[in-house]
Amino acid sequence: MSSVPENAPQHCPGTGSENAGKASACAGCPNQNICASGTPNMPDPAIEIIKNRLSNVKHKILILSGKGGVGKSTVTSLLGHALAARNPDINVGILDADICGPSQPRVLGVHGEQVHNSGSGWSPVYIKDNLSLMSIGFLLGSPDDAVIWRGPKKNGMIKQFLSEVDWGELDYLLIDTPPGQSHSVLTMSQLNGRYNKFVHFIYLLYRPWLQALRTNTCRACSTCAGAGAGAREGAGAGGGGGARALLVTTPQEAALLDVRKEIAFCRKVDLPILGVVENMTLFVCPNCKTRSEIFPASTGGAGQMCVELAAPLLGRLPLDPTLARCCDNGLDLFEELPDNPTVLAARQIVDEIVASCEENSS
Amino acid sequence: MLEDVKRVILVLSGKGGVGKSTVSTQLALTLKEKGFKVGLLDVDLCGPSVPYLLNLENQSVHQGPDGWIPVYMDKEQKLAVMSIGFLLSSRNEAVVWRGPKKTSMIKQFLEDVCWQDLDFLVIDTPPGTSDEHITVMENLRQVPQCSAILVTTPQQVAIEDVRKEITFCRKTGISIHGIIENMSGFECPTCSECTNIFSSGGGKSLAEYAKISYLGSIPIDPRVGKLAGEGKAAVKEIPDSKTSKVFSELVTQLTESSRNGGMQ
Repeated sequence: MSSVPENAPQHCPGTGSENAGKASACAGCPNQNICASGTPNMPDPAIEIIKNRLSNVKHKILILSGKGGVGKSTVTSLLGHALAARNPDINVGILDADICGPSQPRVLGVHGEQVHNSGSGWSPVYIKDNLSLMSIGFLLGSPDDAVIWRGPKKNGMIKQFLSEVDWGELDYLLIDTPPGQSHSVLTMSQLNGRYNKFVHFIYLLYRPWLQALRTNTCRACSTCAGAGAGAREGAGAGGGGGARALLVTTPQEAALLDVRKEIAFCRKVDLPILGVVENMTLFVCPNCKTRSEIFPASTGGAGQMCVELAAPLLGRLPLDPTLARCCDNGLDLFEELPDNPTVLAARQIVDEIVASCEENSS
Repeated sequence: MLEDVKRVILVLSGKGGVGKSTVSTQLALTLKEKGFKVGLLDVDLCGPSVPYLLNLENQSVHQGPDGWIPVYMDKEQKLAVMSIGFLLSSRNEAVVWRGPKKTSMIKQFLEDVCWQDLDFLVIDTPPGTSDEHITVMENLRQVPQCSAILVTTPQQVAIEDVRKEITFCRKTGISIHGIIENMSGFECPTCSECTNIFSSGGGKSLAEYAKISYLGSIPIDPRVGKLAGEGKAAVKEIPDSKTSKVFSELVTQLTESSRNGGMQ
């Protein structure tokens, strides 16, 4: 994240630099006055607003995966349902941050609903009394509408989502992200507080020495120390604790390859990892009960990767045609087939998540 | 740099994990088996999987007098491959780049790679309709022989994203060659019962709805999955499989349409 804007004049020192607005290259630049005033160096005001808005959210979980189509949205909806069903007294929210391909409205069966804007912000759509959803899918006119936006515009949208949705009191907010280490993920982890622009800038410039800088220089600098302290206070107050990442993968190496990168990314930006869920592990033939590995775990699957990278494996979900059908039709698998093996596996995963979150906040 | 390329094929899909990279690599390998000179460009900067699929990990790209020299699969230099994966030092390393930097990297990939004479250039894209796509489209608009192949899986959730991708193609003026449906049905190896894990027929109905030609459906075949990482062509290794049939037909269609295109 260089601070030199895309359309800047040549030799722009960067908006975050000490020489911003003062270098010879700045003469004639329309933004010279803004840069010289030091405003760009201030932290993004949106971050403070979002922090306030999300201070009523006890646990924020980012659902990530390097690779697309491994079932992030399916897993998110399944966990949302499972959390909501586990205890009627806890409130669960799902934020669909996949701006280009929002699928939560369909998966949760609230396709075509409208969101309403009130004095306190946008009201999410309620699937159950204690399960609500916000997605850009609600704002698109037709299913054919494509959101063809570049990063900064997408970021603005996600910031708006995070700052203007009136979630009320939430115990869990599950954030379904698009694949890849894209902008959306960056915005989100910036909110984590422990991560900040400076570190990222340093990371891009001096990638190989990041680790050293992190512990030696960066922790000592005033920006980072301040941000870190803020995050710790937030966690101590029982609300507004930092977000944690839940990674979804499938067993084959092509997917694990991307998830390894995602884990490296989380560690680079200091985003704590809640755990890994392996999806589409086995397929059981409905006719003869033969078990097939459709996505062969040629390198030991997520289990082996978790051991190598010292990340907790939360559980495995089978490849289940009934789950795919429920998602297409927006049905709740927990109500449809309470004894289904997928449901049992999801319950166990949720138990692990709840235990880990409660331990983290106490 | 693209003036010596006779035809560009973009492999797109709104949804991730539907098999774009598998389709791209198998298409490139099939074209190569049929005797064409092929280039394969992987513009997925965040999750490049082409080097792994073709067993080209740890290869590196060299700078030549006319630009970057791609990695060749074979001695005859029939299949050239370029991917960001060749520029990363470790498979666990991540590229965390934002818009402008991504844009300039893709521009370089499109402009500064010395492909030489190519019959086909297959471009494998990341999912979505974002920076990468806008950049690729902007740069390919001038290329006359460029068309897109959309990949989908049969379930509604994927079809919805592909509908968005169709809108994207129409807005940016890229012609659509057709739709391939991947992962349509799995045949149990024991009892041969075919289960439509991700339901079925979605790709075909979408093609009819959007008035795009339907290029066929590829079943879930663990044999094809096993070819990943070895860089072998399905048409050569498992010629009797449905996958090979779909790719052979697709290649025939592509060569015929470019011959017709050339005559006009």
